[in-house]
Amino acid sequence: MIHMANQIALFFASYPKDEAVAGVADHLQKFWEPRMRKQITEYVAHGGSGLHEYALEAVKRLH
Amino acid sequence: MALIQQTDYGTPKRNSATLVTLEIDGKPVTVPAGTSVMRAAVEVGVQVPKLCASDNLEPFGSCRLCLIEVEGRKGTPASCTTPAEQGMKVRTQSPKLSKLRMGVMELYASDYPREMFESSASGNTEFQQMVTAVGLRDVRYGYSGKNHQSAEKDESNPYFEFDPAKCIVCSRCVRACEEVQGTFALTIDGRGFASAVSAGDKPFLESECVSCGACVQACPTGSLLEKSVIENGQPDRSVVTTCAYCGVGCSFVAELKGDEVVRMTPDKAGKANHGHSCIKGRFAWGYTTHKDRILKPMIRAKFTDPWREVSWEEAIGHAAGEFKRIQAKYGRDSIGGITSSRCSNEETFLVQKMVRAAFGNNNTDTCARVCHSPTGYGMSTTLGTSAGTQDFDSVEVADVIMIIGANPTDAHPVFASHMKRRLREGARLIIIDPRRIDLVKTPHVQADYHLPLLPGTNVAMINSLAHVVVTEGLVDEPYVKERCDLVAFEQWRKFVAQEKNSPEAMEKFTGVPAADVRAAARLYATGGSGAIYYGLGVTEHSQGSTMVMGMCNLAMATGNIGKNGVGINPLRGQNNVQGSCDMGSFPHEYSGYRHVSGTAVRESFEKEWHVPLQSEPGLRIPNMIDAAVDGTFKGIYIQGEDIVQSDPNTQHISAGLAAMECVVVQDLFLNETASYAHVFLPGSSFLEKDGTFTNAERRISRVRKASDPMAGLADWEATMALSNALGYPMHYNHPSEIMDEIARLTPTFAGVSYEKLDRLGSLQWPCNDKAPEGTPVMHIGGFVRGKGRFMITEFVPTDERVTARFPLILTTGRILSQYNVGAQTRRTPNNTWHDMDVLEIHPSDAEDRGIKEGDLVSLASREGDITLPARISERMQPGVVYTTFHHAMTGANVVTTEFSDWATNCPEYKVTAVQVQLARHMSEWQEQYLETRKQTTRIEKESTAND
Repeated sequence: MIHMANQIALFFASYPKDEAVAGVADHLQKFWEPRMRKQITEYVAHGGSGLHEYALEAVKRLH
Repeated sequence: MALIQQTDYGTPKRNSATLVTLEIDGKPVTVPAGTSVMRAAVEVGVQVPKLCASDNLEPFGSCRLCLIEVEGRKGTPASCTTPAEQGMKVRTQSPKLSKLRMGVMELYASDYPREMFESSASGNTEFQQMVTAVGLRDVRYGYSGKNHQSAEKDESNPYFEFDPAKCIVCSRCVRACEEVQGTFALTIDGRGFASAVSAGDKPFLESECVSCGACVQACPTGSLLEKSVIENGQPDRSVVTTCAYCGVGCSFVAELKGDEVVRMTPDKAGKANHGHSCIKGRFAWGYTTHKDRILKPMIRAKFTDPWREVSWEEAIGHAAGEFKRIQAKYGRDSIGGITSSRCSNEETFLVQKMVRAAFGNNNTDTCARVCHSPTGYGMSTTLGTSAGTQDFDSVEVADVIMIIGANPTDAHPVFASHMKRRLREGARLIIIDPRRIDLVKTPHVQADYHLPLLPGTNVAMINSLAHVVVTEGLVDEPYVKERCDLVAFEQWRKFVAQEKNSPEAMEKFTGVPAADVRAAARLYATGGSGAIYYGLGVTEHSQGSTMVMGMCNLAMATGNIGKNGVGINPLRGQNNVQGSCDMGSFPHEYSGYRHVSGTAVRESFEKEWHVPLQSEPGLRIPNMIDAAVDGTFKGIYIQGEDIVQSDPNTQHISAGLAAMECVVVQDLFLNETASYAHVFLPGSSFLEKDGTFTNAERRISRVRKASDPMAGLADWEATMALSNALGYPMHYNHPSEIMDEIARLTPTFAGVSYEKLDRLGSLQWPCNDKAPEGTPVMHIGGFVRGKGRFMITEFVPTDERVTARFPLILTTGRILSQYNVGAQTRRTPNNTWHDMDVLEIHPSDAEDRGIKEGDLVSLASREGDITLPARISERMQPGVVYTTFHHAMTGANVVTTEFSDWATNCPEYKVTAVQVQLARHMSEWQEQYLETRKQTTRIEKESTAND
């Protein structure tokens, strides 16, 4: 899951930071099933070690 | 000769703006200049006798039967080679012509099996029709002269035989092999009386022949004939349907005797195949009645138990009860469903409907997950819709053809023939592929550029091609300005212009000389209409979606989308990949690619289906397996798909299935996934049901029932029964009613109905009020999303890296004679050509390891290892090895990894770091496989079935 989130972040990383973080968050929201989002949200709540900076910020924006 | 007699105009249609008017047997006719007199005659209902002519072949003028008289001219020219001219007055019947034709037929008949031409019951060939047409009753010369009647038959091909005794050396077979198929396997050897059809002085089976059947189709005398016709006799009825193999979606005429198929002949009216076929569709249909078919539903408590045959009612009731029990215990989201791209549109629509409406979640997916899901994401993001932009016929006006990560002659052979025809006419060719695929150099076709990149570097390649276009001033500026989002374009232009994206900088990743990349980019951008065709060599990568976007960027930048002859064309692997995606099989979207979170769309489905629906995306196939291993996903309904054999990391897939409490498999055979199943529902073959398939060009074609389902229920009926048992009522009397529902709910299908499909033959979506007869070419005048959106496509190397321990890269794929997991083709004589998977390895890599042709080798990755025979092949580049996944026993996916596309989770089948070594025995996995398979496929024959 960390690997997948980082892959997504690396795609959007070519864009300006705000746009990139929004892109990652939007992707997670649209394509990740709620239990997967819950897992990664909990992971981030425990520090989110190993997550790309943009992925980390994007996860914090998930609802 | 086919049962359905479709009009044969004798020579091909000519396209000329200049029209000429002539008179044939007193009837005036106007035709385009260049049209033959023979064809013009057919236009006014006059059939000139012929044997060597056919309207899918250029005129040859050898049989001398189609002679005519032209007023004011001497002689009796052949009507097939005589162009119609303004004011010409032609006679096709006269005593002189009758005498000449009689004489010609008499000579042919003198060296033709007497019993064949004298008996009307012995076959219905064109030869016999001509005997009747000219009124031949006897041969003045007798039959004892020098002849070919004792020539030996060639029965080497499992599907057809060649009997030289019936051959009149008309060259139709040779020309069909050249002009229709483009293989050039046949020739006429010898001169005069010694002239004979030859497959290169070899038996057909050992020759270059690809068994497409074009020669058999062309033969007017029965010299080349299907063995199934010889064995079973002539068919007595026929049904027009659609092939259930690859994404070309060829139209076929199933010819039957009673309920038994005697042969499948390609439908001349088929708009995807225009009367051509390949070995699979034409001949490999025997699996439909193979003894391995399971015809009774079965259940068992544990997958290690023997199967117990039960009634449909008990099986359906058991499955529904288990699903309800699991949901009650583990929650609504603990079950899901998967369909295959081998299923029809109606079947896949029904399964996703059952998951969303009866299961109450969005855990629905389809096998396009593991092949073309990046196509959907990439094309939707850039262009606005998830489908190829062209029809197949578009290739006829392409000037530059770029093939990326596809091997059409093996995987899409009928379209490959279409493409080769255009290439022989002079279209230029660029091939981007790690392997030297056949199209790099094949008779009368040679690629201008073959860019043999290293697997995993597609994005580096597309960026460097784009770099050349942008930095050398090759952008179609007016096109971009008019049709594309300029902010996104400028972002992209700035990105690809960076030195890091230049061919020179990317060479260290791709391994392709920069000069070749630059030359190929210039050719694509400036060579006229440029068309990109691609396959799974694009999508099955960690950057599969990025690459699809990269190709769309390149096409938009050069103005190569939105007209005939150009476009981005995904070659879909299976028959209904496009359709299964269209039908809302993915967990995040409804039919027509609309996200489940969209309130208005969701409400339209809720209103139609009378049930509240979930607004969150569901699990994809790999997510389902992960969740099963984690213990939160406990039950699955799998229609027609074999994830154990086809999905990556077999061990992980098996572990996921083994962890579930109810696995329901619906299939023709006890496939590998069924080894982990608790309920087996017997499937129905494409010959046993009605429905539709949608091919790679968005063409929706009818699948028509030729006989009743052998197991009693068509697949859609079984799904309906399961849904009803789950408590969500479904009532359809016929699949046409399912299509009507699809049309009501899906704007791009709004104008589709069985009535229209039957009337027009097929339809390409979008088909609605704006395009009532469908849309052959998309994005004309503007993109579906509005402005075309360029996306930045940074190259990110895959995390699957070669090391000293795993120094080679494995890439996997298909071959011509087998299809996907082989469940169908392995149960046909196609095994004659490929009875096992082999590992293709470059001579230098083989020599380094002491490997010789045919040696058993171990193929090991970080995930697992298998053994298989080696084939030394210069098609491979050093450092890259290749195998297929057609045979379950091989276990190719034991080796592949779970790395996947960032956007869609499409597995990275095309890049696995491996080591290859000599081996003495099968791998541990293979030994265990045999044991497991033996245990899990036992069937208790003490049936309790009451149906």
